[in-house]
Amino acid sequence: MAVEEKEMPWVGRSVKRKEDDRFVRGGGNYLDDIRLPNMLHMAILRSPFAHARIEAIDTSAAEAVGGVVAVVTGELLAQHKLAWMPTLSGDTQAVLATDKVRFQGQEVACVVATDPYVAHDALELIDVEYEPLPVIVDPKKAVEDGAPVIRDDKEDQKDNRIYHWEAGDKASTDRAFSEAEVVVALDTHYPRSHPAPLECCGCIADVNPATSKTTIYMTSQAPHAIRTVFALVTGLPEQNIQIISPDIGGGFGNKVPVYPGYVVATAASLLIGQPVKWIEDRTGNLASTGFARDFHMHGELALKRDGTMLGLRVGMLSDQGYAYADAQPSKFKAGLFHVVTGSYDMPAAHVVTDGAYTNKAPGGVAYRCSFRITEASFLIERLVQNAAYELGMEPVELRRKNFVRPEQFPYTSVTGFVYDSGEYAKALDVALEKSGYEQLRAEQERLRAEGRLLGIGVASFTEAVGAGPSRDYDILGIKMFDSAELRIHPTGKAILKLGVKSQGQGHETTFAQIVAGELGIPPEDVTVQEGDTDNTPYGLGTYASRSTPTGGAATAVVARKIREKAKQIAAHTLEVSADDLEWEGDRFYVKGAPEQAATIQDIAFAAYTNHPQGMEAGLEGVTYYDPPNLTYPFGTYVVAVEVDAQTGEWKVRKVVAVDDCGVRINPMIVEGQIMGGLTEGFAMSAMQQITFDEDGNCMGSNFIDYLLPTAWETPAFELHATVTPSPHHPIGAKGVGESATVGSPAAFANAVVDALAHLGVRNIDMPLTSGKVWEAMQQARSS
Amino acid sequence: MANKTISVTVNGGSKTSEVEPRRLLVHWIREALGLTGTHVGCDTSSCGACTVLLDGTPVKSCTMFAVQADGRRVTTVEGLQQDGKLHPIQEGFKEEHGLQCGFCTPGMMLMGAALLEENPDPSEDDVRWAISGNLCRCTGYQNIVKSVQWAAKRAASEQPGAHA
Repeated sequence: MAVEEKEMPWVGRSVKRKEDDRFVRGGGNYLDDIRLPNMLHMAILRSPFAHARIEAIDTSAAEAVGGVVAVVTGELLAQHKLAWMPTLSGDTQAVLATDKVRFQGQEVACVVATDPYVAHDALELIDVEYEPLPVIVDPKKAVEDGAPVIRDDKEDQKDNRIYHWEAGDKASTDRAFSEAEVVVALDTHYPRSHPAPLECCGCIADVNPATSKTTIYMTSQAPHAIRTVFALVTGLPEQNIQIISPDIGGGFGNKVPVYPGYVVATAASLLIGQPVKWIEDRTGNLASTGFARDFHMHGELALKRDGTMLGLRVGMLSDQGYAYADAQPSKFKAGLFHVVTGSYDMPAAHVVTDGAYTNKAPGGVAYRCSFRITEASFLIERLVQNAAYELGMEPVELRRKNFVRPEQFPYTSVTGFVYDSGEYAKALDVALEKSGYEQLRAEQERLRAEGRLLGIGVASFTEAVGAGPSRDYDILGIKMFDSAELRIHPTGKAILKLGVKSQGQGHETTFAQIVAGELGIPPEDVTVQEGDTDNTPYGLGTYASRSTPTGGAATAVVARKIREKAKQIAAHTLEVSADDLEWEGDRFYVKGAPEQAATIQDIAFAAYTNHPQGMEAGLEGVTYYDPPNLTYPFGTYVVAVEVDAQTGEWKVRKVVAVDDCGVRINPMIVEGQIMGGLTEGFAMSAMQQITFDEDGNCMGSNFIDYLLPTAWETPAFELHATVTPSPHHPIGAKGVGESATVGSPAAFANAVVDALAHLGVRNIDMPLTSGKVWEAMQQARSS
Repeated sequence: MANKTISVTVNGGSKTSEVEPRRLLVHWIREALGLTGTHVGCDTSSCGACTVLLDGTPVKSCTMFAVQADGRRVTTVEGLQQDGKLHPIQEGFKEEHGLQCGFCTPGMMLMGAALLEENPDPSEDDVRWAISGNLCRCTGYQNIVKSVQWAAKRAASEQPGAHA
């Protein structure tokens, strides 16, 4: 077995992770582990009110505390034109509040001190006088006529509406509905959640007073884009700004945006002339940084009686909090939510989206999904199950009947996506077989007769990940390509520098394997460097499952360029024509004379010691890869749950996940991503949500109130694969980091609803807590 | 309140220093000793990223004052390896892909190591229960369970008299 594994090609092999050794020794280098000489510490004072006018701020007592170096307020920042900053969706948000606070937890002032304990002591001595204002926590009320305008700081803002964006075609969809024999509707709220990576956000800003060089260590998933934003916001010359993202303790979208703490720490370091560290606490993280979801969705599916889908109509209202702060491709106001036709050959669709301001933290970020696809996938997969009930069809047969068929690819959806490849029925079949679906259905029948509730939920999702292409995708105008720079050293070892940035996804191993696959340099000989903007080529970072589709592709392309040059060098050293050479694994050999060969290591040495006259020395290259299309991973998840008929509690009995993400570079890492995503899907369906009371108090601002699943609740997972390569990716791979978060919430919710379907239950909004499940059963029984 | 001098045996070596009575153990370990493998994840004893062993028992070091460790024995992740050789639990996490971002990993490994001291052959449920005070946001726990069980097997095979 071990021998077989060793003989496998590098791409497709479960190589143990190169990064693990330092982590298991406690040698990771996370933001808070970095200490600079003369470093000061910053803490943030947050608003206790969700909406209030700031009447006065008295910082004198705080400034008098021994060890306090500075107290920064919005007023001070305003003098430097830094009180407000742009968001990644082109809106604005306050760095420190000047006129009003607009959500509970908003940043009001910062203390910079010699010790973090002292900084926190001093926060308590800042006296802020607030005049409370009416609070809006419900986006539906926010968009009513006469609602108080939350963003009255913006001159042209006369209400609480942010955007109105439509996709698809209204006329053809209306026609489809007029011809429909059956229409199924669903109203559901995808609740506000928070990515909650285990490491909170933070930074160390180090502005060197002598050279003006600004180095900012930052928990950022997108260091290059952040550098550009910083240059634009502060006016600092971009070549003097270096962003370094060290090891990151999880991101999931939470570490994409620019946060006020980063900006204040940088301003403070500039003014004081010493490094300033800011480490967010958990309450700050949950209450103020990029939340996720909070979509109020209405869907209608039009069908023929035989199950043929005719059209889809979707209305969505997004609660964005007080600032529209998604990291969003600028063309698509609600992200890629319009991929809501999912895996189905839908003849017509019309999607209407609106965004609203409320008195909540700004956001929301795409939490482990490609720009709001989780919400879309959830809606269509819930609708399809309800349609099956309405038609009296087996839900999986309704899916199968309407899947985009293999021969239809590339498939252009009515909302404008061009699906690259897929074999949806194949993945479904594997899932049905491996889960014992038919036996589960039979058992469900048997148990119902005994009064026991077994539910089986299915989701057949399709994702759209890996932005660019740059013609469609940009953040604040910066095109969404990505890059790779590969340098082969004289001894045949290599360094690969990337514009993306791992937060645990295993880039140091996966991308080294791509180099190994293309050039035969073993992964252990390839160092992968990311996150340092002075020492990596420009890129848009890691989120939306884009690293392998873009950075991985760039790696393969640059390695192939280098192989072309290597061929010329080999021809020179072997004294043959390049046309007489063949590549195999890690070497060029002379056709018909395989013993005459030059390995990549031989060639690398020659590139610096014996390169042909007229050729540049060295063996390195850089590629900026603009993908021709997104990649479209897909799969089918089957979940079986048993619901307690008395209490509404439910337990997962089985999770079978079949994922098709094209070619798997490192199957072990891919499966790790899928299991993590399944857990977050389970979490959202079962427990994770952040609510607010009517005064705008955040009810989920610590891990006691905001529930995350532990090992005890989390079910075991059974994983399977089908492989349908992406036709346009250089090695046929698709993104996968978020597939399970996108696909699985509907499977869990479908399973619980399915357990109660015979009682007439058709919907329970997430999270499906035992209380809500019990209520649904009670209502169904009494009606 | 006046500072207090404490003496703690950390990873086998004696450490003496003067601390503020309010200084949390995790901050003393990280700042005074420079042992940054112990992490802070939540501030409320919920996540376990700060787990260390106190006289062999796992504790959340964000919920203890440094002065409470005076005269006692603390093991952090940096103390798991012996003479440069990884502890079986460390090898297990590498072998079974038991970590992704690595932030929860030190706490998880210390919980696992403590479990194996008490129960050298834990079932899946035993492991899940033992680590249920520690949160992981990346792995979904399944491979952490496998990592601990891998370590159990390795430790058993390394016992004198065990069949290799």
